[in-house]
Amino acid sequence: MSSAALVIETSGLRKVYGRKLALADLSLEVRAGEAFGLLGPNGAGKSTCLKLLLGLARPTAGHGRLLGRPLGDIPTRRRVGFLPEHFHFQEWLSGAEVLQLHGRLFGLAPEILRRRVPELLERVGLGAQGAKPLREYSKGMQQRLGLAQALVNEPELIFLDEPTSGLDPLGRLLVREVIREQRQRGAAVFLNSHLLGEVEVSCDRVAFVKDGCLLETRDLRAASAAGGPSLRLRLRARDLPADFWRRAVPVARAEKLAGDAWALDVAAEAAIPELLRALLAAGAQVFELTPLPQSLEEIFLRVIGRDGGDA
Amino acid sequence: MGAILTIALTTAREAVRRKLVLLAALVGAAFLLLYGLAFHLAVGNPRSIVNAASRALARQGAALFLLLGFYAASLLVATIAILASTDTLSGDIASGAMQTLLSKPLARWQLLLGKWLGFAALLTLLQAFLLGGAMAIAYAFTGYLAPHRAAGLALLWLEMLLLLTVTLLWGTRLSTLANGVLSLGLFGLAFLGGWIEQIGALTHHPGAVRVGIVASLIMPSDVLWRRAAFEMQPALLSVLALGPFAGASVPSPLMVAYAVAYTALAFALAVRLFHTRDL
Repeated sequence: MSSAALVIETSGLRKVYGRKLALADLSLEVRAGEAFGLLGPNGAGKSTCLKLLLGLARPTAGHGRLLGRPLGDIPTRRRVGFLPEHFHFQEWLSGAEVLQLHGRLFGLAPEILRRRVPELLERVGLGAQGAKPLREYSKGMQQRLGLAQALVNEPELIFLDEPTSGLDPLGRLLVREVIREQRQRGAAVFLNSHLLGEVEVSCDRVAFVKDGCLLETRDLRAASAAGGPSLRLRLRARDLPADFWRRAVPVARAEKLAGDAWALDVAAEAAIPELLRALLAAGAQVFELTPLPQSLEEIFLRVIGRDGGDA
Repeated sequence: MGAILTIALTTAREAVRRKLVLLAALVGAAFLLLYGLAFHLAVGNPRSIVNAASRALARQGAALFLLLGFYAASLLVATIAILASTDTLSGDIASGAMQTLLSKPLARWQLLLGKWLGFAALLTLLQAFLLGGAMAIAYAFTGYLAPHRAAGLALLWLEMLLLLTVTLLWGTRLSTLANGVLSLGLFGLAFLGGWIEQIGALTHHPGAVRVGIVASLIMPSDVLWRRAAFEMQPALLSVLALGPFAGASVPSPLMVAYAVAYTALAFALAVRLFHTRDL
């Protein structure tokens, strides 16, 4: 991967607040056009990571580049959008005024904003509420406005920190659609979340963080395309010889579930026909043999550990 | 420049939308009404006095009363300058609005300067309303105009800018309440120091004068008031060194220069502290 195609690259980023270690050592790379998820329990250092990348806080050690420029570079911010986790816009402004203010700070021309602000309000489902003052907005409406604010400059790189917090199911669906649209436009998305489903649906790659450390990075798309490095199967079979799993079958692990069901771990998809032949040869009656998509939740629990979060 | 102006206009719009401007205008109007009434009752119209000596005395009364008006108006403006700006940085940081603003292509010093300009413009309007109103009332009743008005008003304007700058300075690091306590406390310290210096000079206690000067070095807001009052008092009052508003110990032009440098340094320090603050 050439560095030109990287929108984020960091090396050994570390942040200490007073005596509290927020981020120990973060090195990661995000490619242009990619959707990258940062997953971890609350307090893992996800928000600190975003603040360092956006120049809102200075790293104690380490360095990084955003869109090829050093962290904290001001002109680069023209090409970046950001939805913070906790925010409360100026309640004395209307929704449209918030977007205009942020658009002007991006240096966008008034005629561009006249067109784009109503479009964005419409896109996040606030078309009718644009003229209302923010003190009449619910938490969910503020969150939708925050999302629109992050898109006002048509950024190349969008940071979303817990974008679905405070949103109802329709709002969550909106976030997912907006991420997909932005990616079609060519933007890279950096998603902070503790919601596994959200990351699983929207992201190409995911990094797990815990206690300020990067534990593992995973390519979700490659994993599902190749059948995964370890594939989980569901088997329903009767008349299975008692010693079957001790025979030379391509199964790493077999777990008895309720009734006649089993959960099996195999190395790769290629093992399935071989396993089926062995089952039939042993005289088993096979009712079902299905590859299970290994959920991110299972990966999360394995990587982070069950005691991982206070969440 | 565009970003600075955007922040300045947004700051002014906030003051309008949150009814700060309306309330300040109402308070100012009430102040001038009360002042006009008091002027009418206490001073009357010296032009109607036939006796020349009595007329001269009445003119001194008008001059003294105008200084009283300036004194009260300056206290009001100073307090409003501190109260209005104490929350502007810490409040935006606490609400998270600051994080969205500063993720834009906007340097932190630009945001600071924009807020400073917005408040300075509004407070200048308030100050012009109050001081101009007091002068107009004195002129309408007595035909009296204070001497050295330009220099005096410029010094009072500087006092307001000094207090605004100091409040923004501590707002870069402190919470709203802590900033309010510190900035008002410093203002009070300077106020008290000014009185200690005055009384020390009147009663010939050089130790007290020194204490007052140290207080003025820590916070030179009262210095500007006393120099302004000295500039705008009539010659007779300054000879007598009378009255609570000026006179006994006049701050030197060097002290005024110190106050100007203090304001500039306070702004520079605010930029520095805000620049290195983690949000």
